[in-house]
Amino acid sequence: MSTSNRFSAAVFVIASLMSIPALADWELNMPKGVTDISHKVYDMHMLAFWIMCVVAVVVFGAMFISILNHRKSKGAKAADFHESVAVEVVWTIVPFIILIVLALPAARTLIAQEDDSNAELTVKITGYQWKWQYEYPDSGVSFFSSLAEESRNARRLDSGIDPNSVENYLLDVDKPLVIPVDTKVRLLLTANDVIHSWWMPEFAIKKDAIPGFINTMWTKVNETGTYRGQCTELCGRDHGFMPVVVKVVEQAEFNQWLAAQVEAQNEQKQLAEAPQDTAEDAEKAPVKVMAAN
Amino acid sequence: MNAAVAETDHHDHGPAPGLMRWVTTTNHKDIGTLYLWFSLIMFFIGGAMALVIRSELFQPGLQIVDPQFFNSMTTMHALVMIFGVVMPAFVGLANWMLPMMVGAPDMALPRMNNWSFWILPFGFGMMLSTLFMPGGAPASGWTLYPPLSLQGGMAFPFLIFSIHLLGISSIMGAINIVATIQNLRAPGMTFMKMPLFVWTWFITAYLLVAVMPVLAGAVTMLLTDKFFGTAFFTAGGGGDPVMYQHIFWFFGHPEVYILILPSFGVVSEIIPTFARKHLFGYSSMVYATASIAFLSFIVWAHHMFTVGMPLSGELFFMFATMLIAVPTGVKVFNWVATMWRGAMTFETPMLFAIGFVVMFSIGGFSGVMLALAPVDFQYHDTYFVVAHFHYVLVPGSIFAIMAAVYYWLPKWTGNMYDEKWGKIHFWVSTIFVNLLFFPMHFVGLAGMPRRIPDYAVQFADFNAIASIGAFGFGFAQLIFVYVVFKCLRGGEKATDQVWEGAHGLEWTLSSPPPYHTFTDQPIIK
Repeated sequence: MSTSNRFSAAVFVIASLMSIPALADWELNMPKGVTDISHKVYDMHMLAFWIMCVVAVVVFGAMFISILNHRKSKGAKAADFHESVAVEVVWTIVPFIILIVLALPAARTLIAQEDDSNAELTVKITGYQWKWQYEYPDSGVSFFSSLAEESRNARRLDSGIDPNSVENYLLDVDKPLVIPVDTKVRLLLTANDVIHSWWMPEFAIKKDAIPGFINTMWTKVNETGTYRGQCTELCGRDHGFMPVVVKVVEQAEFNQWLAAQVEAQNEQKQLAEAPQDTAEDAEKAPVKVMAAN
Repeated sequence: MNAAVAETDHHDHGPAPGLMRWVTTTNHKDIGTLYLWFSLIMFFIGGAMALVIRSELFQPGLQIVDPQFFNSMTTMHALVMIFGVVMPAFVGLANWMLPMMVGAPDMALPRMNNWSFWILPFGFGMMLSTLFMPGGAPASGWTLYPPLSLQGGMAFPFLIFSIHLLGISSIMGAINIVATIQNLRAPGMTFMKMPLFVWTWFITAYLLVAVMPVLAGAVTMLLTDKFFGTAFFTAGGGGDPVMYQHIFWFFGHPEVYILILPSFGVVSEIIPTFARKHLFGYSSMVYATASIAFLSFIVWAHHMFTVGMPLSGELFFMFATMLIAVPTGVKVFNWVATMWRGAMTFETPMLFAIGFVVMFSIGGFSGVMLALAPVDFQYHDTYFVVAHFHYVLVPGSIFAIMAAVYYWLPKWTGNMYDEKWGKIHFWVSTIFVNLLFFPMHFVGLAGMPRRIPDYAVQFADFNAIASIGAFGFGFAQLIFVYVVFKCLRGGEKATDQVWEGAHGLEWTLSSPPPYHTFTDQPIIK
């Protein structure tokens, strides 16, 4: 290969690499996340992944050695062994041991995940077609969280708006859930129409929101920030358009924010004549629909 | 009509002339052919739906279809591929091969056999007609979870009725297979001498008989919830939407083994032939298949780790699910040991069989990861799951079906297929199928949920690659059609044994076999 050839090859490789937009953004793996649980889950995932890789190398390795060497075109003569109880026992027991190695830490993590005792704050999450409602039962604060307007405009069929031009396309809401950092928050999940599922990858929590039932999960976030996820249970036409956004803030900031919400809600209550009735109607309506069905 | 049927019951009678041959046939070979053609046609229909999905997902933003139609496509794609492609293809192979492998003159219940096939086109005609109904085709996913599925429009009752029809067809097909294997084996063919394909189908047929009625029950309850005022699954009336999921997956998990066990049988036939060596660990293969079938009944809730089960339930289903890796592993090890120190050649069936072992195993690895409940909370309902089950179903079941067709096509037609184009078909399919499904692992782990028509821009590149893979894989199947037609029209004459290393009763018959085979029972020593 001449120098100029090599040079043009190098240019070609660099150019083609650069032409891939935002190569650094290529996420290949599960996020490590920002909770103790998410770290455990990530470690569990990686442990399982590497064990599977080792198994793959051993099994596929043996197979490819065989494919390369034991071929008729190389004059291989078929052996005639076809049974061995000892070998069968070994390769029944070895995988079993590997599975126990996986099962023990998995069980431990699972038990930790399901322990929602001693929560310091409770938030109730209700899934609707196609938005989330967040309620803080202790302070009476309640609001809806739906897809941000910019994304909503861009996602229309043939909108002509380039999704790349929208910040956090499909992962942004008008009003995120706000929770304090370093606090064990218990999340109660239910739904008003069909089954939804509330997923926050960075916290490694996901649970279904089921009409008529209340599910529980919890999280304790170690870092402040804004985190994004999505509904993960098919819930109809706009299932892909009801993101989950959580803003994690310092305790003091959270208190301020909550107080402001309470105040704003009280003002609204005074303005509206009979807010209780509308709230009741909204709760009754789905029951009526179900009965009609 | 009765007279005509009575006439064809004579010995040495060929098929009836004309189109009526196919309508009235009770011949296992004809019915097998009908099943296989039906499956091939549905493969292209289901594939076209997949290409609609992949076209919409080629770029972020909605360019081609409305989200509701997109949901219809994912729903119908799954129903068509599961009930219209993989299951009929395996039943077609069973019809063709089981009697010839056990030395029987035909299936045990030939008229029921005709009926169980002819229900299918009507069942699917009804299901596909929902695409043109007001409100569109069902869009709640093939799992039909209530309450969402109850929001369906006019299509809903048609879908339920067509599922009933498909279920009836499957149950009859399964009963027929059980009856054939139990009663029509040639003298001397004991259970532990049956070819592995017969064994795996025997067990699969029992699974079908056990779980298809469960599905029928589940969808009937949906129907009465919707139209007759019951509230099995409606919380407002005291029902429980999660109960549906339990019932559905009690059907659904054995169902996924119904889709894979016959593949194990096919691969266990092909690898020994081309390694020119006996299958390693025959009896352990049989026991492993039976273990997998048993375990399939006690793992269903791993599909629903996120519904909020009690901790003890989650632990039980996690441990039970992990156990499946043991018998499945034994099978893979046995295949590798069969190849070990063989004298291998790599004709197209062998290539597809080896591709099956490798890529099915990749699906198995992600399966073990998915079994881990604490991590499954992250994987559940993401593209990681989509990658997992497509790896076991496409380069798994579909590749096994392709392998089987190439393997037995010379027997069926009497002509060798075009080896060069067969190999091209294999390599193009293998490259594109990985391009299609491997990147789905990445987007799934990075956070892309399944069943969404549009996605955040960080998933764009891998989705574009997957879509290119989808079109490549889809069009590569036209090569398959070409090879099959070419083989039907002629080609190098096949010998009776066809493959140098082939053993078994079906290879003692001429290629193609006479219309009626084994009218005198062979005796197995």
